[in-house]
Formats: sequence, C-alpha cells, structure tokens
Amino acid sequence: MSVLLEARGLRLAFGGVKAADGIDLAVMRGEFLAIIGPNGAGKTTFINMTTGYLRPQGGSIHYDGEEITGLAPRAIVKRGIGRSFQLPQLFTEHTVLQNAALAIAARRGVWQPFAPLLSVGVIDEARELLSRFGLDGIRESRADTLNEGARKLADIAMAVALRPRLLLMDEPTSGVAASEKMAVVETLARVLREAEVTAVFVEHDMDVVERFSDRVAVWSQGRILALGPPGEVLRDPEVLREVIGVAAPHA
Amino acid sequence: MRRAEPWLALAGAAALVVVAVAAPWLRFILTLALAKGIAVLGILLLLRAGQVSFGHAMYAAIGAYVVAFAAPSMGDVLVLLPLAMLAAGVVGLVIGVFITRYREIFFSMLNLALSMVLYSLLEKFYAITKGSDGIRVAPLRIAGMAMDGPMAAWVMFATAMVVAAMFWWVARRYLVSPMGEALAGIKTRETRLEFMGVSARGVLLVAYVLSALMAGAAGAIIAMTTRHVTPLLAYWTSSGELVFIAILGGAGGVLGPFLGAVTYELIRVYAAAAFADIWQMALGLALLGVILFAPGGVWGVIAGLLRRARVT
Ligand SMILES: Nc1ncnc2c1ncn2[C@@H]1O[C@H](COP(=O)(O)OP(=O)(O)OP(=O)(O)O)[C@@H](O)[C@H]1O
Ligand SMILES: [Mg+2]
Repeated sequence: MSVLLEARGLRLAFGGVKAADGIDLAVMRGEFLAIIGPNGAGKTTFINMTTGYLRPQGGSIHYDGEEITGLAPRAIVKRGIGRSFQLPQLFTEHTVLQNAALAIAARRGVWQPFAPLLSVGVIDEARELLSRFGLDGIRESRADTLNEGARKLADIAMAVALRPRLLLMDEPTSGVAASEKMAVVETLARVLREAEVTAVFVEHDMDVVERFSDRVAVWSQGRILALGPPGEVLRDPEVLREVIGVAAPHA
Repeated sequence: MRRAEPWLALAGAAALVVVAVAAPWLRFILTLALAKGIAVLGILLLLRAGQVSFGHAMYAAIGAYVVAFAAPSMGDVLVLLPLAMLAAGVVGLVIGVFITRYREIFFSMLNLALSMVLYSLLEKFYAITKGSDGIRVAPLRIAGMAMDGPMAAWVMFATAMVVAAMFWWVARRYLVSPMGEALAGIKTRETRLEFMGVSARGVLLVAYVLSALMAGAAGAIIAMTTRHVTPLLAYWTSSGELVFIAILGGAGGVLGPFLGAVTYELIRVYAAAAFADIWQMALGLALLGVILFAPGGVWGVIAGLLRRARVT
C-alpha cells in the first residue's frame, strides 16, 4: 500500500491553544482511518488544515505526491479531496434533491447558465445517490426541515457526489439515531469501498471505530498519542485512561 | 406556478398594450415602468444571493449617458441599446471583480459609494456632461427610419416590451440553472460552494455583470424615452427606488420586478395627482403594507391567489 496523504509536523495555535502541535500522519491508499480523541483535541482542526479551510502555521501536507499546504479549499477539492462537516453545511433553502443535484453539477461543471439544474441526467444521478444513503423519503423536503441524522447523511452524500479519492468525515454518525447507526455506517462503508475511496473519519463511537476502521489515530491536545490497528490501540491502557475515559459519546 | 408564469406574463403584456392604446398619456409612464422593471430584475438576481445593491442606478446612468453621448453620431435605437448595455456590462465587470469579494452591508455600501462617485463626476465635469443641467438626447432613428411624435413613443414602448421579455426569459432560465441555483447557495451556505470546488465569487460576478447589463439597458430606454439625461439618474435615491420596487414587486419570481415597477409608477402618478405634496407618503404606506401584510410583494399575492385557485 502506498501513501495517499502525508502530514508532516503540522502546527497551528489559536492564541495559547495548540490545536495542532506537530502532527505527523500518513494515510494509506484505500484504508479507513478513524480519528478519536476528547473534545478540543484538534481533530476538526486537522481536517480543516487538510482541506484548506485553515492554513497551518508550520509543517506541510502532501497529497498524491504533491504539496497542497495552504492551497484554497477549491484547489484542494479539485485534486480529489472531499469532506463532510461536523455541523452539516447544506443549502438550507433548497430541497435535499437540489442539494445533491448541485453537488453533482459542481462536479460536472456549474458554468451553464441556460440548462436547468434538474436536467434528466442530474436528477437520475441525484436520486440514485440519495437512495444509496436511504434518503429517498425526504428528497423533496427542504434541507432546513431535516432532523440531525438526515442532515448528516445529506452532507456526506454531497461530498460523495463529488467522487473524491480521499474523503474526510467529521463525526459522520453523530446525530444519527443509535438504533440506525450501524446500518448507516454499513451502507456508507459499502458505498466508499465500491468507489475505492480512502476515508478518514472522526468518530466518538468506539463500536463503530472497532468495526469499520483499519487503523485508529488517537488525538490528544494537538498531538497523536497512538496510531495502529483498532484491536491494539483501543486496548492500550494509556489510550483507555487518557482518551476513551473522557471520550464517551457526546452527541 | 412555473407553468402558469408565461401565461401570466403574456396576459400582463397584453394588458399593458391595451392600456397604452386606450390611454396614450399612460404609454410614456408604462415605458418607464418597463425600463425600471428591467433594472429591478438585475437587483432581484443579486437578492437571490442575499446581496442588496444600493448603487445600481449607476449602471442605468451609464447606459443613459452612453445614449446621450452617442446619439448625435449614431442615433439608431438598434445601435444605441446594445452599445449602452456593452458599456454598462464592461464597467460592471471591472467593478464586479472587486466588489464580489464583499458581502452584505459592505457589498451594499460599496455599490452606493461608487454610484455617488459617478454622480459627482457627472455633476462636476460640466464641460463634458453639462453638469446638473444634463444633456438633451439628439433625435433618434430606428433601423434607419426617423422617429417622431407618437411613432417615437410607440417605438420606445415596443422596445421596452421586447427587451423586458428578453431579460425575463434570460432570468427565468438562468435562475434554475446550476449557476442560478449556486447563486442562491451563496445566500445560505457559501462555504459549501467552495468545498464543492465552485468559486462563489465567480458565480456572484456573473450575476453582477448580468445585473449591470440589465440596468444599462434600462437606462438606455429611459434616456431614449425621456430624451434627457441628468446626473440624478445616478443619485442614491434612484438606486433606492430600484430596491423599493424589488420589495414591492416581490423577489420570489421574475415577474415581480415588472409588477412592482408598474404598481410603483401608477401609485406615483395617481398619488401625485390626488395629493400633490404628500404623494411620497402614499408610496411609503404601500411599502409598509407590503412588508407587514404581503412580504412576498405583488408577485407573492398573485402567486398565492393562483395557488388557491388551483387547490379549490
Ligand atoms: N477557528 C478557531 N478559532 C479559535 N479557536 C479554535 C478555532 N478552531 C478550533 N479552535 C480551538 O482549537 C482547539 C481544537 O479544536 P477542534 O475543533 O479541532 O477540536 P475537536 O477535536 O474537533 O473537538 P470536538 O470533538 O469537540 O469536535 C479547541 O480548543 C478549539 O476551541
Ligand atoms: Mg470537531
């Protein structure tokens, strides 16, 4: 397996808070890497730096052999890195179908002033996408009327619509009802494996981590405390004490 | 609603023609109303992105002054109109590149500031613009034929109709296209656009240039109809008028600007005749009424009635 994304010595502080304090991490092509760690550890900050939302104060990020440190989000998306958000970022005045369609149109090229967004081809793809995420029932609902779980899934669906090669997901299952969680992750994992997407996801549910990740990175105060297969990392006494003890699902 | 709209537009156009034939003195008013409606359509595009321009009269003024300057040498309506649009569009592009970095109050105020710069230039450079006296527009032709008296009035009325119809069609298609929907996305979730690889600035710039083109066309029609241009065309109250009409007509549909403009001009004419000094109060009350009781504007009221008619 080869390295797809490599972060070296990433640093970023907000005032006195070190949100990234020397992050070294190599994400391998095709793997599912889970990020765990307590609130405020810097998990979202890592995703924000990787996707160009925040510029690191030190260190570098390489993707597929190319340095992408400090590039704008748009430039990074174009290279095949997608993301979903801890707080879903949907077009609230559009329907779920329109949200999906806009993401599909964004991939195909949005610069068409006279063809309708909801053309036959785009509608078909949007419907198919939404059905993969089990969102058929709420296709015509406006995005601001959805419950938290549905908003999360629609948010991820929009990222997937861009057909990224690397997808960074920030707490994909928070807000999804506990009874549906495993089924949702199951579906998501299948969709991603079919599309050969490499995935990095922040997750607070250790059952999900155990079952769906190839490796786990443990974040604590802007550093990576441990990295390895879930079977080892989740049994490491230090990790148990430092992280899992205080990382009870907070959603 | 979308399917009923073209029929509604057609009925509205027919009604305007009937009124223009029956009451020739209203023809002039309606021509100006249509022209303003075109400019307001541009305001509506920007409103889709959640942005309010308090300076768009500057593009109307640019269109109008282009007509005034060019009329002596090439006084054909069919030449002047595209020329005015081109000038407004080019200025819109140059200003737009800079102004689309800004949002909300900054966007509004920068437009306002630039329009006031244009206003003072028009006023101060007397040698070229004749200052606040303004410029009389030289006699016009259409497709080579001289225009005079009632024929000129009809030509301008028809021109306003055709241009309005054209931009109505463009706006209608544009707003449901990927670009138009992305424009609406700027209002609700601009960051998402960037994370989909779409340049929000680029999307807004297209709308901005389109809106400048529309305002430029409006200004040209106003200049050719009134045959006189003054710096007042660029004054901030003229920009405010466009925003006023946008709210009065309703931003929910592309017919709104025209409904708003006709309503506005008619209220203005009749209120001025009836109450002389306090006609502005009638406009103020009308706007108050819309904001309190019909936030969707005239278009919202009509759309609501149609929907109810369909249900029952
Ligand atoms: N834009 C910002 N401005 C100021 N401080 C920030 C900013 N983003 C993050 N921080 C701070 O950096 C630290 C790390 O935040 P981050 O959001 O990365 O944590 P996290 O691990 O994602 O936590 P959570 O599990 O609560 O989502 C926190 O102390 C946070 O308050
Ligand atoms: Mg976070």
